Amino acid sequence: MKILVCISHVPDTTSKINFTDGDTKFDTNGVQFVINPNDEFGLTRAMWFKEKQGASVTIVNVGGPETEPTLRKALAIGADEAIRINATPTDGFFVAKELAKVVSEGNYDLVIAGRESIDYNGGMVPGMLATFTDANFVNMCIGLEIEGTSATAIREIDGGKETISTNLPLVVGCQKGIVEEKDLRIPNMRGIMMARKKQLTVLEPSTSESHTKIASFEKPAAKGAVKLVDKDNLDELISLLHNEAKVI
Amino acid sequence: METVQQDITRGGQFIVKDTACENVFTPEDFSEEQQMMRDSVKEFIDKEVWPNKPRFEKKDYAFTEEIMKKLGELGLLGIAVPEEYGGLGMGFVTTMLVCDYISGATGSLATAFGAHTGIGTLPILLYGTATQKEKYIPKLATGEWFGAYCLTEPGAGSDANSGKTKATLSEDGKHYHINGQKMWISNAGFCNLMIVFARIEDDKNITGFIVEYDAENPNGITLGEEEHKLGIHSSSTRQVFFSDTKVPVENMLSERGNGFKIAMNALNVGRIKLAAACLDAQRRVITESVKYANERIQFKTPIAKFGAIKGKIAEIATKAFVDESASYRAAKAIEDRIQARIDAGNSHQEAELKGVEEFAIECSILKVAASEDCQNCTDEGIQIFGGMGFSADTPMEAAWRDARIARIYEGTNEINRMLSVGMLIKKAMKGHVDLLGPAMAVKDELMSIPSFDIPDYSEVLSEEKEILGKLKKVFLMVAGSAAQKYGTELEQHQQLLMAASDILIEVYMAESAILRAEKNAKRNGEEASKYQIAMAQLNLFNAVEKINNKGKEAIISFSEGDEQRMMLMGLKRFTKYTNMPNVIALRNMIAEKVTEENKYCF
Repeated sequence: MKILVCISHVPDTTSKINFTDGDTKFDTNGVQFVINPNDEFGLTRAMWFKEKQGASVTIVNVGGPETEPTLRKALAIGADEAIRINATPTDGFFVAKELAKVVSEGNYDLVIAGRESIDYNGGMVPGMLATFTDANFVNMCIGLEIEGTSATAIREIDGGKETISTNLPLVVGCQKGIVEEKDLRIPNMRGIMMARKKQLTVLEPSTSESHTKIASFEKPAAKGAVKLVDKDNLDELISLLHNEAKVI
Repeated sequence: METVQQDITRGGQFIVKDTACENVFTPEDFSEEQQMMRDSVKEFIDKEVWPNKPRFEKKDYAFTEEIMKKLGELGLLGIAVPEEYGGLGMGFVTTMLVCDYISGATGSLATAFGAHTGIGTLPILLYGTATQKEKYIPKLATGEWFGAYCLTEPGAGSDANSGKTKATLSEDGKHYHINGQKMWISNAGFCNLMIVFARIEDDKNITGFIVEYDAENPNGITLGEEEHKLGIHSSSTRQVFFSDTKVPVENMLSERGNGFKIAMNALNVGRIKLAAACLDAQRRVITESVKYANERIQFKTPIAKFGAIKGKIAEIATKAFVDESASYRAAKAIEDRIQARIDAGNSHQEAELKGVEEFAIECSILKVAASEDCQNCTDEGIQIFGGMGFSADTPMEAAWRDARIARIYEGTNEINRMLSVGMLIKKAMKGHVDLLGPAMAVKDELMSIPSFDIPDYSEVLSEEKEILGKLKKVFLMVAGSAAQKYGTELEQHQQLLMAASDILIEVYMAESAILRAEKNAKRNGEEASKYQIAMAQLNLFNAVEKINNKGKEAIISFSEGDEQRMMLMGLKRFTKYTNMPNVIALRNMIAEKVTEENKYCF
């Protein structure tokens, strides 16, 4: 079985978020980048298929050279080889188109992507990718077993779970549950040393098609201090809610 | 071989020779692979160790062993071990980097790790025969076995060669019987192998042995109860008693009478690695302290905004920065030295030994500086936490207790201070470092009229570098005159040696910070490196003050009359700034950056 795991290079969850260029661009200054957590759950499941069922695992990312440390970490965790499509990921459509080309040319049986990346939270890539490659698709995947060419996937639905039988080729959009946090792997030293010797292929993008453009970003308003109003002073409370909070 | 040696830095040479910033290694020079290793270690410690700090404080020795096993699985016990013996064969810088980040969360793990990979494994790696290495190293490198190091005895601490443990050859000549008592043995409770030092007959020097230990079949070895210690609560520390312990003759380490040399060389590595082990401990304390200072509101203001707290944050952050700079600078110098020896045809073993030995002075300097900075950092950490810092519910209390041992083990700081100056003078006598020429030049300079030219300080840190040059002269003046006066008797004047050592230490540390800031300013611009520059300046100011004080103390102790007056004048001249830095402004700037980032961020 040939598995392709899509890896997004995203800011660490504790990063301070700022914007530049008139609030149109994310400020990467001083930001630490990590493997997108949803993708890391998927990668860990892929490693299980590699170790138990002899699958091969390729990872792919759309991004500039700055994303290579993230790819190498995935290689250190155990992926066999990496592909980087040398382009700035402008929108979901563009990324899905580029990935679709890799999937088709590489004849992958199973594509595992995170349900969404935690930077822009578009959540569109896995679905589009399945459409472009004419593969079956399960989103919100929290469990996955493969037997020959048939797959059993568990999907999170509102208030419960849904078990789906389907066939390869398959694209899954996964999240925590496909493996648990305790299953995540820290690259061991030998893995890190071997990662250097593994193949990392850089491909130029085939299309520059992008259907959306970010007009601007806005941060949520900073939390204000709590004001305590005496329980007998309803007039002040009403005045504050009306004049300051402007909610009544 | 000599040509190679002349091209690269020699140990101790910094005191007479200026180093170009391009020639020092800085933490900003780590390769991607080294950064990945660091991140992996950090991730492991953050996930598995830091949240379990209370378990370490409750003397959960089994947990220490469990974490050590996991370090083995990650490959972290074999970083410095050659690949042919099941390790990763990484260089000295990577070894230091891993040690740095493993050691920050708790002194218990730092000690267990240090004792196992350093003094527990290294003596076999450095002095063992091929058979000994094949038999033991793969087990130690993977954590299948753990090592301990039995040198100290009730009557033999700093005077390590005075141990009373005996090794007697059996009548058939096949075994030694070891009898004696060892104490303060780290990892004793879970080790499978001990490096034991014992005396054969009435030899002048002790001899090293590899002794296997199996609790089921103890072979005359008895362990004492776990010691009740001030800190490092979950580092297993016991006495070890040997009663007719049979050790095959082939388990002798190196040659008869070579034990003291083995012990000392293993300690050189132990010392510099202990400095590394004090780095992340400082970073964590700083980060915890600044997080607390940002959250703690008094007088309607986060205490991080008060000048009194800013001063503390800036000083401890600066020391951590300085210690990082010096530790990795020395680590790379050692790595380069080892490589040069390998290239010149030395065996890996020989190269490693001589490479580290060459920098024994720096190893001692770093051990003293980093352990004292770490102690001060945890102390100020408690102070920033106020009453909460005194409570065992915050991490400061344990950090403070754990830091205390670093000033004692691997040679007390007093021994290391005296060694640093003593070794330098020995090197000068052997002709490895020319102290005499520069010392004479300083004497001549004292007689001459100082220059009144207005210097050009437009280059970044150029005034600081000029002052650094003058501080080196203070050392040469003090140590040179004292050596001239006392000759071989100098070692009797311990307080004088300690003062000289403080000057030497301040010079190396200050220079390392200046060179790191300069190197980064040259490649990234002054604006991007302004905090590093500020820290290098603040630290130099503190160094100048200390050197002024220690210099006076020393000069007055051994000179009088005109000679004394001349040297005191010289001291004044050599510790003089043209433009005094505004250290309060520097501290504010540094502290505000740390406060804004809410963590140690350099």
